[in-house]
Amino acid sequence: MLRIGSGAGFSGDRLEPAVKLAEEGELDYLVLECLAERTIALAQKRKKADPSLGYDPLLEKRIRSLLPILLEKNVRLITNMGAANPIGGALKIIEVAEEMGLSVKVAAVTGDDVLPYVLSNGDSIQFSPALYESADIVSANAYMGASTILPAIETGADIIITGRVADPSLFLAPMIHHFDWSMDDHDLLAKGTVVGHLLECGGQLTGGYFADPGKKEVSGMASLGFPLAEVKTDGTALLTKLPGTGGALTLRTVKEQLLYEVMDPSAYITPDVVADFTTVQLQEDGEDRIFLSGGNGKQRPDELKVSIGFDAGYIGEGEITYAGANAVGRAELAGAIIQERLADTFEELKVDYIGGTSAHRGSFGHKETPYEVRFRVAGKTYELDKAKWIGEEVEALYTNGPAGGGGARKYVNEVVGIVSGMIPRDKVEPDFKVMEVGGID
Amino acid sequence: MTKLYELAHSRAGDKGDVLMLSLIPYEEELYGRLREQVTAERVKEHLQHIVSGEVERYEMPNISALQFVCHGALLGGVTTSLGMDTHGKTLSYALLEMEIEL
Repeated sequence: MLRIGSGAGFSGDRLEPAVKLAEEGELDYLVLECLAERTIALAQKRKKADPSLGYDPLLEKRIRSLLPILLEKNVRLITNMGAANPIGGALKIIEVAEEMGLSVKVAAVTGDDVLPYVLSNGDSIQFSPALYESADIVSANAYMGASTILPAIETGADIIITGRVADPSLFLAPMIHHFDWSMDDHDLLAKGTVVGHLLECGGQLTGGYFADPGKKEVSGMASLGFPLAEVKTDGTALLTKLPGTGGALTLRTVKEQLLYEVMDPSAYITPDVVADFTTVQLQEDGEDRIFLSGGNGKQRPDELKVSIGFDAGYIGEGEITYAGANAVGRAELAGAIIQERLADTFEELKVDYIGGTSAHRGSFGHKETPYEVRFRVAGKTYELDKAKWIGEEVEALYTNGPAGGGGARKYVNEVVGIVSGMIPRDKVEPDFKVMEVGGID
Repeated sequence: MTKLYELAHSRAGDKGDVLMLSLIPYEEELYGRLREQVTAERVKEHLQHIVSGEVERYEMPNISALQFVCHGALLGGVTTSLGMDTHGKTLSYALLEMEIEL
């Protein structure tokens, strides 16, 4: 049996649940999944500015809290916090360990960065959606599979840090290693992938992103516990969370997560396998315990998915609130004024009335007049000054707009666009590097 | 007419400009009725001001759930959309606004 805990579902995730899992979970492995679609492109930009950076900005904080516990409890850590710079991330971990007087062995997995290949072979890659010709590509990372993590696990390293790896593969790799599964046993790889897919978003399996008061009650949300799986050699698993933690792990929470971000559930494609979720079986096995079985697989695809980041300029935004009598009328007047003032500069402006129709682009027949409404406008441009101008115009509504506006805020964010493509597997050259406190091999 | 919100729960996911919406009845016995009434066509019509492309439906009888894959739903996708909710995370509740006959 193998106990794997999920200690982060995104780069900004809460730290306490991971600490609790490391301390009390009797885990073999703790996995921290911290890379969203565009996180790595942003990280690549940080690395460009300073070559020692480009790993997850929270890496140091997470490692400082977790490292002493992981070493004491003999829990190995697998994480994609390497982002655009796994070697740099490993060096940072070594630095932190040295400072804390701890000895640690770290393996950094590299090879996902395929920017040079994509830049020189762009014409042979079908980008989806299509990439316009003058696009300034800033990053290209292949989704590598479990087999690229295995050699790093086999070194006995305490911490395995990667860049872009398919999320479920972070969980599947230790299963393959521990149970000695064959890379040709598609059904076992699929079962392990289902476990990984369910765990990869942390608290989303245990009642996070689920609660709806009066409809879907979840207790103890403030101390939400993260999930762990007890995996058996036949690929079946028990999903559970630590006693005393908040949240809920039920058939309903597991069903929501099983379908989360899935296109065709009968063909969930990873670099390791094409998994069929339509044969997965879920069974309640007591409070906060779901037994998972079934799941079938077919041979993995020949090509690997590549995520390509390109510079898409800036988005400028401004917001201001109107409340009380005729709040909607005054907000709409603000919208009209801003559009007239900015129309010549921006081809497209997105105007939203928050509290009314902004999130669903309509209200499905709901006609109640809101007591207060927040006007928001956003536009995109390659020029920083123009992006700033949007917020400045909204702020200027104080003295140049309708009555009673308040709480103006302005934002400018750099935009990295993402497209994806497929490249031949042999164009990706996975490698790893082992470092220990005291030196580099 | 009964709102789907009364009968089922949903979670939204995203990949590029594609929105995925699950539909999971509270009572598994209701799965057949949802399968009958909540067709891909009806969901496309319900979300017509949000989804510009096709809607595909996948059936998951093993967990009594449906999955809707909506193309062209996120104003160009998470990274370059000018919308507030760039991921379309709130749109699970747009699906649950749909009404069916029980």
